[in-house]
Amino acid sequence: MSLVNRLIGFFNRHQTVVLLAVPLIVAGIVINAFGSRLLVDIYTYFCVSLALVYSLQVFMGNSGILAWTQVGFMGIGAYATGILVTPPGVKEMGVPNMYPALVDLSVPILPAIVIAALVTGLVAVIIGYPLMRLNDFASVITLFAMLVVMHTIMTQWDNVTNGPRTFFGLPQWTTWGIALTTALAMLGLAYWFRESGLGLRLRATRDDRHAAAAIGIDMVFTRYLGFVLSAMMAGLVGGVWSLYITSFSPKAFYMGEMFVLLSMLVIGGSGGVSGATIGAVMVTLSRELLRQLESIINNAHVLSFEVFGLTELVMAVLMVVVLVWRPAGIIGGQELRLPRLGKKKGPAEANGAAS
Amino acid sequence: MIDLEFVINTLSLGSLYALLALGLVLVYGILRLVNFAYGEYVMIAGYAIFLSATYLNAPWYLTLVLGVFAAIVVSYLTEIIAFRPVRTKSVDALIVTSFAVSIFLQNVVLIAVSPRAKPVPLPSFFSETVEVAGGTVPVRNLLVIVVTAVLLIALSLLMKKTVVGMAMRAAADKFTTTRLMGVPANVVISTAFVLSGLLAGVAAIFWVSRSASVDPLTGTGPLLIAFICVVMGGMHSTIGAVVGGYVYGLVFNVLSLTLPASMVSYRDAFMFGLVVLFLLFRPAGIIKGGYTEERVG
Repeated sequence: MSLVNRLIGFFNRHQTVVLLAVPLIVAGIVINAFGSRLLVDIYTYFCVSLALVYSLQVFMGNSGILAWTQVGFMGIGAYATGILVTPPGVKEMGVPNMYPALVDLSVPILPAIVIAALVTGLVAVIIGYPLMRLNDFASVITLFAMLVVMHTIMTQWDNVTNGPRTFFGLPQWTTWGIALTTALAMLGLAYWFRESGLGLRLRATRDDRHAAAAIGIDMVFTRYLGFVLSAMMAGLVGGVWSLYITSFSPKAFYMGEMFVLLSMLVIGGSGGVSGATIGAVMVTLSRELLRQLESIINNAHVLSFEVFGLTELVMAVLMVVVLVWRPAGIIGGQELRLPRLGKKKGPAEANGAAS
Repeated sequence: MIDLEFVINTLSLGSLYALLALGLVLVYGILRLVNFAYGEYVMIAGYAIFLSATYLNAPWYLTLVLGVFAAIVVSYLTEIIAFRPVRTKSVDALIVTSFAVSIFLQNVVLIAVSPRAKPVPLPSFFSETVEVAGGTVPVRNLLVIVVTAVLLIALSLLMKKTVVGMAMRAAADKFTTTRLMGVPANVVISTAFVLSGLLAGVAAIFWVSRSASVDPLTGTGPLLIAFICVVMGGMHSTIGAVVGGYVYGLVFNVLSLTLPASMVSYRDAFMFGLVVLFLLFRPAGIIKGGYTEERVG
């Protein structure tokens, strides 16, 4: 009796995770059973993006600081994984200038991803503390500057990253199941962080810095922990991503990708994991539709020129429209909850299931 | 190393950077908006020069006027269409909006013109050189110094003597109080965007003249430079932005001369590293503004 009550209470308190996870799992199983190869690919990539958006939400959503560096951290995770798992022979051929010590490295995949997350976390530990002391425009510009610094290093340090050229030769290890598992793990982690004491303190510093300081919250340290956790999550997802893509260049970790990531979080609402999920679903769906449209236009040869960039163009317009309409994102900082236990799901959950 | 040629080159680079920084600060001062679309005004001006010269066969002075005019119009339109509806709601949304506007403008020219770089015809005297006290300097380097000086004088007269200028300075200090004094917010903000576009347009002439071409990503360079100058000089005063521009010109030239050849490709990383150091040790910049809260710990 009491155990059942406690279970129901537990579910009631944390139903958001279940409400988000179940449609995601169901969609995955359905798509894998009936969908085409293309659909499975889209779903897999969606899950990886979703995991990345959760990692961004952990810091940006709860602290209110625009974390430009996120996509750079993903890049660090991807390169670390690439260096660890790619067979030495392939590395010798693909990255001719690589340091010999790095060429000899060969680690099984799972530990490699964990190491990649730790390496990313270490970078965040080093650069994070001073950055977290800054506020307002200063934090926006410095984090942006950090992304530029990371990108410059990735494109120039060809002893490690192969410079601006493609890094290739990773095994294709990430299946839809692994991508889904990653997304679910990140969902759980992001949700747990938001609800934890630390997350609550971080949200307090976002909403009213002075009041937070007055009740004894160490703002810089709270932000710092959130930043490092978020970076480690990004590094881990970067590793999973790299094992799906199998070849990449520094271009993948710069403004363009950051725009996609940011639009996912901002359109849905950065305040919670539900907003991140819905934003990722909407952005993925509209991007795929627009990409189809773009290729139809280009293949039909009705225009005398090729249409490039239509996807980004429409996404930018969509983003401005959403921000004008609802500056805090479509569902704001709310989390999904059933209206009352036993009733049907709301429209927002149905949206999530449609992925 | 320190000869007249170095001084003129540094001054001209500094003038260009000062123009870029000033355009960014005018808007930030009033709206607290870090305008990520600012670099695209430069890019649009470059495309306007290219289009008017290629398709209208306009004479060179007209192409330059059209270029500046295009930057002003686009700057004003972005304010009306994108920033105005968002600005009362949240500063974070405003920054993200400006990023979206930047992506939008880049892709507009990508689709409408071409993803490839286009040549920008500029009058031939731009690239001619003259002898100044034993050194050779391109005419455009002297021209940018003169144009910047004229613009800065005109701008400071505008800010000091006219009503709208005084309103803008007051708004940069205390926007709410200024509005309570009966100054219409929209006029002040629109003027700031128009001036921002004007400065970006003029800077664009000299920016594109260096490579004589323009492509959809041209705006990134000016944006990053404006950021660096503004952080070094001070985000809260127009004087700070100008000082930051000249200081950056100096640092950049000294770095180019002194860094070993193998490290020059890391110069951007060095510059941004410098920005981070500035924010840590002197977050208010060289010229301090009023009450600021860049650093919280």
